[in-house]
Amino acid sequence: MSDAIIESGNVAAAMAVQLARAEVIAAYPITPQTPVTEKLSELITSGEMDAEYVAVESEHSAMAVCIGAASAGVRPFTATSSNGLLYMSEQLHWAAGARLPIVMCVVNRGIGAPWSVWNDHQDAISQRDAGWIQIFAKDHQEIVDSTLKAFRLAELTHIPVMVNYDGYYLSHTYMPFETPEPEQVDAFLPTFEYKHALNPERPESLNTVTLPDARRDVKSIQRGGYMDLRHNLHEEMRLAIKVWQEIDQEFQKVCGRGGAPIIDPYRCDDADFVVVAMGSLANQFRDVVDRLRDDGLKVGVLALQIYRPFPNSIIAEALQSAKHVMVYEKGLSYGYQGALYGDIKSALYPYPSRPCLHNFIVGLGGRGIPTESLFQTVKTACVQDEQMSPAQADEPRWIGLQL
Amino acid sequence: MPDPRFKILTSASTSGPGDAGRTGSWRVERPVIDMDRCIPAKTGKHACHLCWLYCPDNVVSKDLEPTIDLEYCKGCGICAQECPAQAIEMIPDADFIKGADRE
Amino acid sequence: MQSIKDQMIQIRWHGRGGQGAITAAKVVAEAAFRSGYGGAVMAPTFGTERRGAPVTTSLKIAHNKIYDLSPITTPDIVVVLDYMILYEVDVTAGLKPGGWIILNSPLTVEKHLFPGYRTAVANATRLGVEAGLNKGIVNTGIIGAFGRASGLIDIDILTEAIAAEFAGRKPEENALAARLVYDATLMRDSTTGESTDA
Repeated sequence: MSDAIIESGNVAAAMAVQLARAEVIAAYPITPQTPVTEKLSELITSGEMDAEYVAVESEHSAMAVCIGAASAGVRPFTATSSNGLLYMSEQLHWAAGARLPIVMCVVNRGIGAPWSVWNDHQDAISQRDAGWIQIFAKDHQEIVDSTLKAFRLAELTHIPVMVNYDGYYLSHTYMPFETPEPEQVDAFLPTFEYKHALNPERPESLNTVTLPDARRDVKSIQRGGYMDLRHNLHEEMRLAIKVWQEIDQEFQKVCGRGGAPIIDPYRCDDADFVVVAMGSLANQFRDVVDRLRDDGLKVGVLALQIYRPFPNSIIAEALQSAKHVMVYEKGLSYGYQGALYGDIKSALYPYPSRPCLHNFIVGLGGRGIPTESLFQTVKTACVQDEQMSPAQADEPRWIGLQL
Repeated sequence: MPDPRFKILTSASTSGPGDAGRTGSWRVERPVIDMDRCIPAKTGKHACHLCWLYCPDNVVSKDLEPTIDLEYCKGCGICAQECPAQAIEMIPDADFIKGADRE
Repeated sequence: MQSIKDQMIQIRWHGRGGQGAITAAKVVAEAAFRSGYGGAVMAPTFGTERRGAPVTTSLKIAHNKIYDLSPITTPDIVVVLDYMILYEVDVTAGLKPGGWIILNSPLTVEKHLFPGYRTAVANATRLGVEAGLNKGIVNTGIIGAFGRASGLIDIDILTEAIAAEFAGRKPEENALAARLVYDATLMRDSTTGESTDA
């Protein structure tokens, strides 16, 4: 194991991509993702990384280049944020439907309008249904490890993977982390293989008009229609939950880190009140939980590490013994409630024991999230919301509004 | 190595006649090649072959005297349009049906 | 400073865009980590940085892993790279009673007394030039004042971290600047009014 170093989250991501031996980098700079692309281009220019850097003119093209690269059988990487992610939205759906093993870091940032460069999760949440696997990292170590594991996951499942980490809170913050030795990564991550890698010896047309119904192809092989292929994407994405756990175990054997690939509970075992959050926010709650425990409240925090595929049964079982569950999130489905909250609520529906649920919206567009306000809102919810009707509790509450 | 739990269904087609089914029945007109005008047939050299290249159903052979697989030719007429020697004429399919009223 | 060695130490750096406060805080984070603080987190002001405008950087140091990445609101120490910032920004905002204000200033420490706080002053601008740096390079010098006043990290470890960060960019001169400032730093304790130079 290499010695720990102190660097920014963006550099941590770039180092993981270097270790993963990505062969094509196609990215368009956007705050707060820019330093990832800068670092990768530096590594390529200096010869420390053997890859082709394609300086594209837009995020749409960045993903198109990644689609082309993966189709040609080489390992691609890109990164983006916010409106950049939305600009490549069409290509995101394409990459998923084409079953291309692409890894992308999304440095989470609020979406314009109005323009914002600061952190929230709306960019990733808005692409929830694109058919990508979505991982959320809580700190720099998880950025490194998740990015490495994401390449393995993408290439085993042939489903593209988004590694999300918070803009500024992680991207621009410096903290210690370790990187595995190149030999360890090489042992963990085999050479890239794509099922339909373009080959002049056997020409194929990929993803042309696919009829509503199944058909026999020129070789009389039964081929699925559009719906069959999409069903297969869904089924295999569900299976990816198990595969992600297996990959985490393999990674643990090689690198000695891991153990919480799906959920990362902190002091949840006997907790009556469980906070659920994603990204660095979940870590911020650890100190809050410790303080509330000191006050005699049985509180825990459960970090969700993978958002799509949604690990509904794992979450539902983890929340079975809680009386109240508070979902804090940095994004929402406008006109309803928090997207994560809605997902957790539906995950709990088939189970006999359904805790009372509370939804808090925090930190949109970089609005500060003082630890004290987290402490106070959780404490109030623990102490007072007992009297709240489930319908009252079901309304999202916005924390930190100034108007 | 591939994981046997994953089928990874994708939409990929190999070029060849019949990828969209037995399309010969779609035809209203069929291409007929005049070998006196056809460049490879006339010169005895593998040149031109634009009909082979442009055919969306891959039914034209790349022979010196090109043949057309009428099982799958859907009669689109692209070959006739593209032929630089105007060697291909689209003729109503009905003309070739025995017992049709024109006979 | 023995009492705060057991808990999280929060240091807020005040500088101007382009002055190198972030780099200075990063160097101290690195040095803290090397000297056994397992938790060292440095978070710059989030957003747009403009050359010359006042900026802040948060540095948290602890023996255990730090989970809370929110900006510092109640620092133990503030480090000010340019004393003129004192006229633009209330650098004592949230500063804990008895906390340190570490200043780069051409004025004497007596001109920078803050009731209820402790002050450490050195002219890092002049000493930087004496160390062989270009005019206006103060971010490495001020690290010396931080090392002297806080006593948290050994000056040798600090200068090693400086030399490593500035490899190829006058590493020895930058390290020397920190040493010169370390030796020249004057301190006053305005919680009691006594000098703490000795």
